[in-house]
Amino acid sequence: MIKLVGVTKRLGGQPVLRGVDLVIPPGKLTTIIGRSGEGKSVLLKHIIGLMQPDEGEVWIDGIDIARLRGQALNEIRKRFAMLFQGAALFDSLTVFENVAFPLREKFRLKGADVTRRVEEKLEQVGLSGMGHKFPAELSGGMRKRAGLARALVMEPEIMLFDEPTTGLDPLMAKSIHDLITSMQRKLGFTAVMVSHEIPEIFGISDYVAMLKEGRIALMAESREFQQTDDPDIREFISVGGTIPWPAIDPAG
Amino acid sequence: MVMMLEQFGRWVLNLVSEMGRMLIFVLSAFAWLMRPPLRVAQIVKQVHFIGYKSMFVVVLTAAFTGMVLALQGYYTLRKFGSEGLLGSAVALSMIRELGPVLAALMVTARAGSAMTAEIGIMRITEQIDALDTMAVNPLQYLIAPKLVAGLIGVPLLVAIFDVVGIYGGHLVGVELLGVNAGSYWNAIESAVEWKDVYGGILKSVSFGLIVSWICTYKGFYTKMSAEGLGTATTEAVVLSSVLILIWDYFLTSVLL
Ligand SMILES: Nc1ncnc2c1ncn2[C@@H]1O[C@H](COP(=O)(O)OP(=O)(O)OP(=O)(O)O)[C@@H](O)[C@H]1O
Ligand SMILES: [Mg+2]
Repeated sequence: MIKLVGVTKRLGGQPVLRGVDLVIPPGKLTTIIGRSGEGKSVLLKHIIGLMQPDEGEVWIDGIDIARLRGQALNEIRKRFAMLFQGAALFDSLTVFENVAFPLREKFRLKGADVTRRVEEKLEQVGLSGMGHKFPAELSGGMRKRAGLARALVMEPEIMLFDEPTTGLDPLMAKSIHDLITSMQRKLGFTAVMVSHEIPEIFGISDYVAMLKEGRIALMAESREFQQTDDPDIREFISVGGTIPWPAIDPAG
Repeated sequence: MVMMLEQFGRWVLNLVSEMGRMLIFVLSAFAWLMRPPLRVAQIVKQVHFIGYKSMFVVVLTAAFTGMVLALQGYYTLRKFGSEGLLGSAVALSMIRELGPVLAALMVTARAGSAMTAEIGIMRITEQIDALDTMAVNPLQYLIAPKLVAGLIGVPLLVAIFDVVGIYGGHLVGVELLGVNAGSYWNAIESAVEWKDVYGGILKSVSFGLIVSWICTYKGFYTKMSAEGLGTATTEAVVLSSVLILIWDYFLTSVLL
């Protein structure tokens, strides 16, 4: 279980997180929504220990990683995989080598085993035959999908997705959402996703949390979340959707 | 007055903490190098990178440095009727001083700045964070191979610089100004001692470390902004050049 307690963080002199309390249920897909620049990416980086909170605690299954350093932190990170907002592919490696990288470096796999798993993942994100290209030769959406393949290939216990579908056409976005949910059902990992895809996320997420003014304004089951009577949150989740609120039913 | 003191104090504090951070950076990179896996392929790639980027400018500057040394040396030595010593004058200045210093400055300008930019881009585009999340230590994967490559690559380039420079001197001294070829080479053989060569190697190895250390450090701590990368590259080139010259003075005064 992931649990954040009173996490605060200032960046560049500005307060970004001002006391985030959040419990993320294991084996479920939790989506974090919120306005641009609100600190969603910063929040994800706290969960995986790339950023340390100024105050507060970040618990991963009974270990507070907020004060953890070096090898101990590395051990915790072996259970994670993350898709970065900008994909963060290695420029000097081809797409194939990028996706193979965690298999070779993290799991010390070799040869045909690597090739098979990489090619399977590339096909699932719709990039088969693109393995020989370098990241600079791909479109933004293709880079995102390559980054997704690199994260999914690790089959970790905890997956963090920072806007997996931003910059993709609606059909591709739908197939990526389907891929994430089917992988999540199959492997049972805990997934935390940051997304602007309202209302689609209500259909695929188990839980939705809204980050507002540096705090979690609301965290609830997807269906419950849509029935909130907080006017600001209602406004936020109804502007994006073309389907009038509250027509989305996560069960259907 | 108090304000000036305060500012000076802050400046000194910043300087000391930055130096501390730089020391920890290089020491942990070498510590990570000792742990398996040893990234031989990465090291070879980086030596190639340094050599490939710098070879052309090194050969060009070496040739012209040797040529101008011969020209200057010839007219000075002729006043004393000792043109025959031209070879030793060229070779000693090359091996002891100009070879290591100029080659290291050229490497800084070409390969060093490229190193800073490469690592800086990886920082800004979160590739270094991605390494971290895959439990691969960036110091081991990214920095240590570059440090080793600096230690290997710069001495090799200095050796090339010395040889090309001495032939450049030969071209001007012997072919152009008519110094006897035999006496040019004889003077080199009798004047250059092993001590000079060792000194040159010691200098080039330490310059190699300075270039790769400063340039990787500045790239690694690039600030997350548009100007960040430009600032980092400029600072890397300036600091590494200045340190090369200062360190050169200290080494020379110890070695002489
Ligand atoms: N490394 C950093 N240094 C300084 N400030 C930062 C850093 N990272 C993020 N910030 C600041 O923190 C705030 C939150 O950024 P963050 O990237 O988390 O927003 P976000 O919610 O993910 O937005 P978006 O939806 O546009 O991706 C921003 O004001 C940003 O400028
Ligand atoms: Mg973001």
